[in-house]
Amino acid sequence: MLHMPLLRSPAEGQTLLPDEGPVVNTAIFAGFVLLTLFIVYRVSSANTSSDYFAANGSFTGLQNGVALSGDFLSAASFLGIAGAIAVHGYDGFLYSIGFLVAWLINLLLIAERMRNTGRFTMGDVLSFRMRQRPVRAAAAISTLTITFVYMIAQMAGAGGLVALLADVHVAWGQALVIAAVGIVMIIYVLLGGMKGTTWVQIIKAVLLMLCAALITVFLLGKFGYDFSHLLRDATENNPHGRAILKPGVQYGKNDLTKLDFLSLSLALVLGVGGLPHVLMRFYTVPNAKEARRSVVWAVWTMSVFYLCTLVIGFGAAAMVGTPTILDAPGSENSAAPLLAYQIGGTLLLGIVAAIAFATILAVVAGLTLTASASFAHDVYANMIRRGRAESHEVVRVARLTAVGIGVASIIGGIAVNGQNIAFLVGLAFAFAASANLSTLLFSLFWKRFNTTGTLWGIYGGLISCLVLVVFSPVFSGASDSIFPHLDFALFPLRNPGIVSIPISFLCGIIGTFAGPASDDHERQAEMSVRSLTGIGVRTG
Amino acid sequence: MSNAPQSALHGPHDGRPGKARTTFGGIEKSSVRTAGDTGPNYQDIERSEEFRGLRRRVAAFVFPMTALFLLWYLAYVLIAAYLPDFMGQRVVGEINVGLLMGIGQFVSTVLITVAYVRFAERYADPVANRIKSAVDNMAAAGER
Repeated sequence: MLHMPLLRSPAEGQTLLPDEGPVVNTAIFAGFVLLTLFIVYRVSSANTSSDYFAANGSFTGLQNGVALSGDFLSAASFLGIAGAIAVHGYDGFLYSIGFLVAWLINLLLIAERMRNTGRFTMGDVLSFRMRQRPVRAAAAISTLTITFVYMIAQMAGAGGLVALLADVHVAWGQALVIAAVGIVMIIYVLLGGMKGTTWVQIIKAVLLMLCAALITVFLLGKFGYDFSHLLRDATENNPHGRAILKPGVQYGKNDLTKLDFLSLSLALVLGVGGLPHVLMRFYTVPNAKEARRSVVWAVWTMSVFYLCTLVIGFGAAAMVGTPTILDAPGSENSAAPLLAYQIGGTLLLGIVAAIAFATILAVVAGLTLTASASFAHDVYANMIRRGRAESHEVVRVARLTAVGIGVASIIGGIAVNGQNIAFLVGLAFAFAASANLSTLLFSLFWKRFNTTGTLWGIYGGLISCLVLVVFSPVFSGASDSIFPHLDFALFPLRNPGIVSIPISFLCGIIGTFAGPASDDHERQAEMSVRSLTGIGVRTG
Repeated sequence: MSNAPQSALHGPHDGRPGKARTTFGGIEKSSVRTAGDTGPNYQDIERSEEFRGLRRRVAAFVFPMTALFLLWYLAYVLIAAYLPDFMGQRVVGEINVGLLMGIGQFVSTVLITVAYVRFAERYADPVANRIKSAVDNMAAAGER
């Protein structure tokens, strides 16, 4: 349980984490915040929309690739996957495979074309050859929904981390820390825009990678570089025993959980191509070639990272023991920090804890920037002002939006603190795969696709996702539901992807044939030529 | 502001938008252009043999590749869900089939990434650049 006020293992009365831990954690984290604030201040953004939203396209593929992995490796994937592997074994590993394989969709189908046809937001690409206002409205609604769901998941996780790492257990104390994290995040976004946020991601990603690699090498060293030996020890210290080496501990209970697992896998692999904060990163590089390089670097860093989490997860089971992990505050999430303490003492624990905080901070900053860009660029500049807004006005609206979203996420984070919201991340992926991926792909590759199809695809995906979740066990009918005493769960799966993704593709197709064919052949030709060759694309 | 960019072809020296008529790929017929429209004639480019060849080749690479990795991932996920005992078979020490298949997903992802980069750098980029510079030259000629 995330809010369990236990710091000491009850059985032996022995200290799990040291008393001086929080001091070291806080010092290292404060160091990170000061360093990044200084850098954000140095690169601080000019008042043009191109600089604020896309850093003038000035990052290299390598820099952006590292930042992409920084955006993507949230606290959920760092602490969450390591913990899931430590507790459920192989089933935790399945997550990381979906997260990694998904990048091929970005590489092969989306990244370069996105860079070539848009400027700041996903709405640019979707509305390229469609009617501007309705499509931009739909794109903004979908972007805001997805980023908000994703953000609440991150902020709620912060409460659990605070309990675990900073030794703060009273509710108001955790609220205070969440608020402080939120305020620092707002400062990053206001001051730094895309440039500053990207540098925060880069620093955080490098620290995270170094830390994971260091722990992995240490760990393998302890077992004489014999992974088989490590696995054997893990099975001996996990109540599921040898079952953790094969799939099924978490998802294999019955046919329904298996189907749920398929649905989640589908959402993971198809969702990355539709996550707005990932898509927006492709605009921070000068051209399509660098966008491709970004994805390649992201694939490399994430392959290494997820292999490390495999070792760290089983290593935590082997060295700390699964029962101890489950007893600690933060339960699953505490696997990596507990392991870090065991092999590297207070200092390594402090580093891991600080990086976990930094991760939340950076990911939420990226999400806030994306949401504010979508509102300022799609809604304000293109819908309200119909493309006649001055660049500095758009940036001002974006900054105001960022403050609004930041405050909303602080309040939301405090409100859901301690709730079981693990499903939210999977849900955000399902939303992204349903509402965005289908319409992006049709828009880029299907000439007949039109405004009606775009609107049907986006709204069809969003609404079917939303309806299915409301009528799923997530909301009612199960002991861990949001309303455990009610039962209106008509749809048995926790992740709606397996149904809502096909629905959105279908809606896109039906809508296209239901609506009038677009006769703007010039614009169609321009999109087709530009997306492939980059002719006529402005750099920066 | 429209997301249609100011064409790079008509930089600061271009005071007369719409003057540049590109006849790309030997297509003489200049299609109807709306007044004030700047930039290259995309419909002509799209009809050119070279562009169609590029689009065909790129599609012939990315779509089968996408189908391949999605099927391989789907097969893996289905086996994980419905044949867990198959994945549990030991191969070497504690290393079992499932672990090797999982690592296999990593390997295939990296291999496809490397293959795509090679394809893009050897084939797609040079052709795209050729089309692009042909359009640029045409525009420069039109401006003179």
